[in-house]
Amino acid sequence: MSGLLVISEHRQGELTPASLECITAARRLKTEKNQSLMVAVLASDPDQYSAQLNLDGVDEIIRINTPEDEFQVDTHEAAIGALISERQPTVILVPHSVDAWSYAPVIAMRGNYGFATDVFGISYEGDELVATRAAYAEKIHMELDFPNKNTVLLTVRGNTFKPAEGSGNAEMTDFDLPEFEMHTQHVEFIEPEAGGDVDITQAEYMLSIGRGIAAEDNVEEFLELADSMGFTVGCSRPIADSGWLPKSRQVGQSGKTVADCNVYIAMGISGSVQHMAGMKHVPNIIAVNKDPEASIFSIARYGVVADLFEIADELRNNFA
Amino acid sequence: MKILVPVKQIAALDEDFELLDDGTGVDPDYLDYELNEWDDYSYEEALRIMEANDGENVEVVPVTVGPEEADDALRRCLAKGGERGIRVWDDAIEGSDPSAIARILAKVIEREQPDVVFAGTLSSDHAFAQTGMNIAAVLGWPHAAVVNHLELNPGDTKATVHRELEGGLEEKMTIDLPAVLAIQLGINEPRYASLRGIKQAKRKEIEVLSHVDIGLADDDVGVAGSLSRVRRMVMPEKGQAEIIEGTSAEKAARLTEIIKELQGVA
Repeated sequence: MSGLLVISEHRQGELTPASLECITAARRLKTEKNQSLMVAVLASDPDQYSAQLNLDGVDEIIRINTPEDEFQVDTHEAAIGALISERQPTVILVPHSVDAWSYAPVIAMRGNYGFATDVFGISYEGDELVATRAAYAEKIHMELDFPNKNTVLLTVRGNTFKPAEGSGNAEMTDFDLPEFEMHTQHVEFIEPEAGGDVDITQAEYMLSIGRGIAAEDNVEEFLELADSMGFTVGCSRPIADSGWLPKSRQVGQSGKTVADCNVYIAMGISGSVQHMAGMKHVPNIIAVNKDPEASIFSIARYGVVADLFEIADELRNNFA
Repeated sequence: MKILVPVKQIAALDEDFELLDDGTGVDPDYLDYELNEWDDYSYEEALRIMEANDGENVEVVPVTVGPEEADDALRRCLAKGGERGIRVWDDAIEGSDPSAIARILAKVIEREQPDVVFAGTLSSDHAFAQTGMNIAAVLGWPHAAVVNHLELNPGDTKATVHRELEGGLEEKMTIDLPAVLAIQLGINEPRYASLRGIKQAKRKEIEVLSHVDIGLADDDVGVAGSLSRVRRMVMPEKGQAEIIEGTSAEKAARLTEIIKELQGVA
């Protein structure tokens, strides 16, 4: 029972940053417990990715040749399950991505491994592994341990650890895909609808609205307010799901990341982890929310605890 | 055709919540209970399939794991449709993590033999996003997570689903049935229950089972049957936000200054 295993992930021909972040997280555990660090890559041509995974601290890159290049849940479960059985790592780290949401709970359950999702803190207390994650809309942190588990699988929250870098000296090995049955078939990827009226990923100033605006009739006044301020309107998921604004305006994990944004005003957005994934990097976040405990305040530079309509009315006068 | 929908009575925090002194959870005095938002969508999806087929041949059954109060979650579902619900609980189940809950739900599924299971993608309280796929692992069933579009008709041997990936990308795929699908928000627009429906739901049958009734041993559930254990809960450190005080006009005036300065037009 030894070693740390990272399962890397790629989408449409590109390794995801989250894969490299998992390597950083694993490297910290490696330093602490002096274990070897393995990184597995599943792909139709693993060498397309293996060199990029040869980063400082990685001891072995395990190439698993798969029939398809895109994620396939049955392939992943069969290959990773068999790999864990053979190598018996103590800790397995995978990105907390939509793909992992499909396969990680299955591998953990089948193998009876310790398991926790969306983890952003990983440490040892003595010999005991402790994982930290959030609950109740980020308002509480929960620390989990894994009694009597020799192997623990964790899915790691994105943007928590810096992506690994520095060239490594890893040994390249191959692992054969075991026999398994396919129960799902990839048909195609469906690209998001092109930008709509605006491309929020390029906006410098964003005013985003969330559930707090309460009714579709209220959307218009925020569009007008943003316009008078020179801001672009974005939104959180419930607004797009309700069809009050087009999906192209949605900020967050399943929407867009506002890469070029400098000032982000969040009005009536409590701050789910999925929303924050798309905007928490913004240097100047201003949160307006009536709930002083809203998690958006934990990442904001400026906070206003107030009725957002009152604030909007005042801003309208100030920017008239 | 039978569709089984696992649902959860989730806990939401009051504004001024406190943790228990032993740090294992939130003081229940500060919790409000409601049906998990995701389960509203998974149940709606099941009802739509039922209605699209006249309701004659499709049965929709909500099931939950929780104490008596969790009947509310089932009745909220039954107020919109369906004739009966199932609740599993006894003291040994206390302390179960999502994997142990999934083992319980899988046993109910083996008893009920549904054609498909619609779970919510995650629950808004603990947000593990694992129960549905854990169920599939126990049953050995095909599975897909974060489903935001579904084409499924009674008698089908495969369903077509879309998985919502990151950044607005979706994957279209087919999946063999029976399957467990974890349903994402936005797949439909859940209806509101009618007053008549709410009344009728009070009289609908809820079967209550213990872990023994469904064939599980004591160490299959609770902490012993779990893949993780809550060691403690803590309040995160507060962020560094500068909170702007004053009347609404004063707050907005200060905000205006800040915004104009950041825009370089002050």
